[in-house]
Amino acid sequence: MKIVVLVKQVPDSGAERTLRNDDNTVDRASANNVINEMDEYAIEEALRLQEAHGGEVVVLTVGPDRATESIRKALSMGPDSAVHVVDDALHGSCAVATSKVLAAAIAQQNADLVICGAESTDGRVQVMPHMVAERLGIAALTGARKLTVEGSQLTIERQTDEGYEVVTAATPALVSVWDTINDPRYPSFKGIMAAKKKPLQTLSLADLGIAAGEVGLDGATSAVAEHNKRPPRQAGNKIDAGDDGGAKLVEYLASEKFV
Amino acid sequence: MAEVLVVVEASSQGGVKKVTLEMLTLARTLGGDVAAVVLGGSSDELTAKLGEYGATKIYAAAGADLDEYLVAPKATVLAGLIQRVSPAAVLLASTQEGKEIAARVAVKLDNGVLTDVVALEPDGTATQVVFAGSTIVKSKVTKGLPIVTVRPNSLTPAPAPATPAVEPVEVAVADKDRLAKVVERKVEAKGARPELAEASIVVSGGRGVGSADNFKLVEELADLLGGAVGASRAAVDSGFYPHQFQVGQTGKTVSPQLYVALGISGAIQHRAGMQTSKTIVAVNKDAEAPIFELADFGVVGDLFKVVPQAAEEIRKRK
Repeated sequence: MKIVVLVKQVPDSGAERTLRNDDNTVDRASANNVINEMDEYAIEEALRLQEAHGGEVVVLTVGPDRATESIRKALSMGPDSAVHVVDDALHGSCAVATSKVLAAAIAQQNADLVICGAESTDGRVQVMPHMVAERLGIAALTGARKLTVEGSQLTIERQTDEGYEVVTAATPALVSVWDTINDPRYPSFKGIMAAKKKPLQTLSLADLGIAAGEVGLDGATSAVAEHNKRPPRQAGNKIDAGDDGGAKLVEYLASEKFV
Repeated sequence: MAEVLVVVEASSQGGVKKVTLEMLTLARTLGGDVAAVVLGGSSDELTAKLGEYGATKIYAAAGADLDEYLVAPKATVLAGLIQRVSPAAVLLASTQEGKEIAARVAVKLDNGVLTDVVALEPDGTATQVVFAGSTIVKSKVTKGLPIVTVRPNSLTPAPAPATPAVEPVEVAVADKDRLAKVVERKVEAKGARPELAEASIVVSGGRGVGSADNFKLVEELADLLGGAVGASRAAVDSGFYPHQFQVGQTGKTVSPQLYVALGISGAIQHRAGMQTSKTIVAVNKDAEAPIFELADFGVVGDLFKVVPQAAEEIRKRK
């Protein structure tokens, strides 16, 4: 089984993140950039399938030059090789255009299975899995908390607000995963050393047959007009519980008409 | 004047979710008629409810294809409807399914899409709150019509009675829409509590709650306040409470009138999911916990003393 794992480099969600003032895109230059957390669960799931069923795991990233750091980090967990789509024209691409690039790169791979995180921590938009599957005309099993593979048949459990759904499809298919699906491994020292030598193919938009005007800020289907810092919340009254902390809490709730 | 389409989000019991009523209310401010789109399972009760909140027309699609396969058939039906009636805008709920339908429709129509919108102007300008609630963004769809997903609890639903005309919509889907088959839907009992994303009061517990058993305290306070129960990632990772109740990054974003944080320190990843709550109350034994920086009212103390006393006091007042 050949598995492509989508990996995105994002600004660290634990630090302050901003949009650029000149073109309203995510400020990646000043941020501490890391692998999107959910993607580590996608890599782990792919590696477990490879361990059980054999085959090959390829990491696919669309992003600027510096995303190479995250690709090497991803490879240090164990995947065999990586593809990096990098092109200056991609800067400022919207989700619709990015899905076109991802789909074109996946199509070149002839993969049985595409695995990705359910969302990225920067945009938290959750649209990419279905956009890519729609373009490729393959099944999308999204939001998996559990994945089982029997031959070419995939089955997931997907959390819903009311419980869960069991959804099946045959390969080729795309599966997106939540962080409830597994516990990602830490890269070993050996893995880190090996990652430096693993094949990394670099592709431009031209290699994918996509024109520069179809992506980037010019080709975007939506635009940010302005962005502003939200005024920070003001801390209110903080009391010591003493003997009547609970009563005082209810007094406050009553004064705000919640009780 | 072109219609504004509101894609109805219903629960499996056929009841309409509150976010649908919020979307109908929002749609009425955009100019033009409000039409609801029901993708699967219409009923007289549903029609009445949608009319009560201002839908003058209901496009009703039904059939096994919509129920038995994940999302793709719904997207095909909606995209077809959009092409036929050329609406002024399309609103969907910012839920897993709402976002997934919007994603596919955007690709089919080569149209922009904006998610987690909290406000929308008649000119299509949408407001989003991003980066853990730290930044407010104003955006517009620049290609095609505005397709936006609306975050629950972004506005207060207001009735505006109308008598909707129901127009059946043909369901014609392709084989490639029938690839992901839903073979089982499991409804897990959640009692009478409101749904987390839609609740106007949320009571959440964190690592400080200490055990799954102790979460009864959190549930008790939630029930006394008529609220939903939430949990921090630390609590979920420790196995105290199930993941579907997780608030914050990699969980749900909530924006209730009241958020009560019990034994939650307030890491930025948690704040990402609750920072836009109207009123925040926190109980934590650590006076330096960052949650107090955003709490309108904070109690520094042992939650195992404070919460039972608060519960007792609420009972007395009832």
